[in-house]
Amino acid sequence: MSAAHKTAPGAVARLLDSDFVYAYRRSPIAIAASLVAAICLLAALLAPWIAPHNPFDLASLNLLDSFKPPAFLAEGERAFPLGTDDQGRDLLSAIMYGARISLLVGILAVALALVVGISIGLTAGYLGGTVDAILMRVADVQLTFPSILIALLVDGIARALLPREMHEALEIYVLVFAIGIALWPQFARTVRGSTLVERGREYVMAARVIGLSSPRIMVSHILPNVLGPVLVIATINLGQAILTEATLSFLGVGLPPTQPSLGTLIRIGNDFLFSGEWWITVFPGIGLAMMVLAINLLGDWLRDALNPRLR
Amino acid sequence: MSDLVLEAVKVARYFDVSKPWLQRALTGGRRTTLRAVDDVSFAIPKATTLSLVGESGCGKSTVARLAVGLYEPTSGSIHFEGQPLSAARAQASLRRRMNMIFQDPYASLNPRWRVRDIVAEPLRAFRILTSPRDVVARVGELLTQVGLTPADGEKFPHEFSGGQRQRVSIARALSSAPDFLVCDEPTSALDVSVQAQILNLMRDLQQRLGLTYLFISHNLAVVRHMSDRLGVMYLGRIVEIGPGEEVFRTPRHPYTRLLLDAIPDLEMVGKARTPVGGEVPSPLAPPPGCPFHPRCPLANDRCRVERPGYTVAGGTLVACHAVEEGRGEARGYSTSAV
Repeated sequence: MSAAHKTAPGAVARLLDSDFVYAYRRSPIAIAASLVAAICLLAALLAPWIAPHNPFDLASLNLLDSFKPPAFLAEGERAFPLGTDDQGRDLLSAIMYGARISLLVGILAVALALVVGISIGLTAGYLGGTVDAILMRVADVQLTFPSILIALLVDGIARALLPREMHEALEIYVLVFAIGIALWPQFARTVRGSTLVERGREYVMAARVIGLSSPRIMVSHILPNVLGPVLVIATINLGQAILTEATLSFLGVGLPPTQPSLGTLIRIGNDFLFSGEWWITVFPGIGLAMMVLAINLLGDWLRDALNPRLR
Repeated sequence: MSDLVLEAVKVARYFDVSKPWLQRALTGGRRTTLRAVDDVSFAIPKATTLSLVGESGCGKSTVARLAVGLYEPTSGSIHFEGQPLSAARAQASLRRRMNMIFQDPYASLNPRWRVRDIVAEPLRAFRILTSPRDVVARVGELLTQVGLTPADGEKFPHEFSGGQRQRVSIARALSSAPDFLVCDEPTSALDVSVQAQILNLMRDLQQRLGLTYLFISHNLAVVRHMSDRLGVMYLGRIVEIGPGEEVFRTPRHPYTRLLLDAIPDLEMVGKARTPVGGEVPSPLAPPPGCPFHPRCPLANDRCRVERPGYTVAGGTLVACHAVEEGRGEARGYSTSAV
């Protein structure tokens, strides 16, 4: 057994030596995008500790501080580096807290879409026949609607069903559900396609000869082999989900102004754009664009790096 | 009869390969069925090998899958150890006594699993061994048995060559201690030198463990090395079946003769050989009468109309009108393609 340990290097050493890490080191875009994404993630995660103000603490807000321009302009104050909004909230802090909510909604929505999409895709691909036909027609029908329409529909239904206060408290989960449900067909189709290929492989037949149950074969044999492409799509869809959340919030059906996400901040700023307070819209917009761009570039790079044919 | 491990009686398997319903309705197409296996009967006594040979598409692999229950027969019956196969497969105690070795060693091992987990899978699935230490010990033993080392268990399949992978595949097949193995072209994806190693390993294991094989191959040389009994398949049917040496020494069915003529050997170097003329007919539309008649040098009107039943000739069963009537025995075969 000791020979085995000597020949097999540690997981970290193997990872550092892999083609994947090599490709990463050779790609300036990947390095820059992952740096920006990491900064966004850290700023969002650590917001309660590193943000200069707490935009949710209504007691600390002072209406006299409202509409302060960014610090680099003549009338700006150093306490508010990126200026303040109509209620005197520090924009930098609001952006950090907003990115937190945007990322949370995005990640949870993609996670939901992953779980639903992978389950349905595996089932449809492995069982085939009528089950496959029904599940994939459902996905096809849903794909004919733009995802924003589906999210609007789900949100509208939730609004009609839930009492007002409850809806505000649950808004984040409603958004996660709405966006996650809008995204699942893409995952399901990808997983189904790969499952159809894997299902015919002889290792699956070997498992069937032993008499393993279909769910066990799907989870322990097929799932690890179809996960690669799905994770790439998940990364690209994370950007999409964050944008959808921002759009919904911008349209006013997303998060309320008391809990502003980046989209809500842009909407608030939009009202004051023509009265000269451009910074309320522009800075959250830049933040959102940077975050989504970094995630998308990372996803694109991941897709190319994991595709042996493009190497 | 009780020492028969597997017995197949008039087994047929059809596949529905029709176009989708909507397309059929619009273009007026019909249902089409592919007769992969038709009216196949054989029995395999304990600790012996039955080999099935035939060209690509003759239904060999379908028979292999029928024999382990991956496909249900469309008609006919298969018995394992005296019990109907589906009933036998419903009991873990009988199911663990059969396993399969596959053709492509690059596809038959899950690329994301370590070899030790691949080999241990049947042990875990049948709860043969539960303590992790016993599993490790047994996996090491199995790997040693097939000529690998216990340390190889830590590796992933892609770290092995084709022959080594096939050894892993055999170790997995043996891990639930089966008595019956279905081998679906286990050497056809391997180099010739490695083929011999794997075949010798399989023979050794058969002698040591008393295994029963259903051995599928398109390679007559490989089959000669392995078989106690030999069946020759053509277009979903067994056209000749009998003791291996007898079929090789005195082939009776015209198809078997042509196949044996086509084997390259040193004595025939430089001489013209008799190719089997024409193509295998489509199993979607098998010819009426004897399926081999479009390519058969001995075919006459009866062959074109009437499907031949089996004739006992020596120790073999032959499905051929010409053999039954004794025609063409003296004549040589013409080389003209049909």
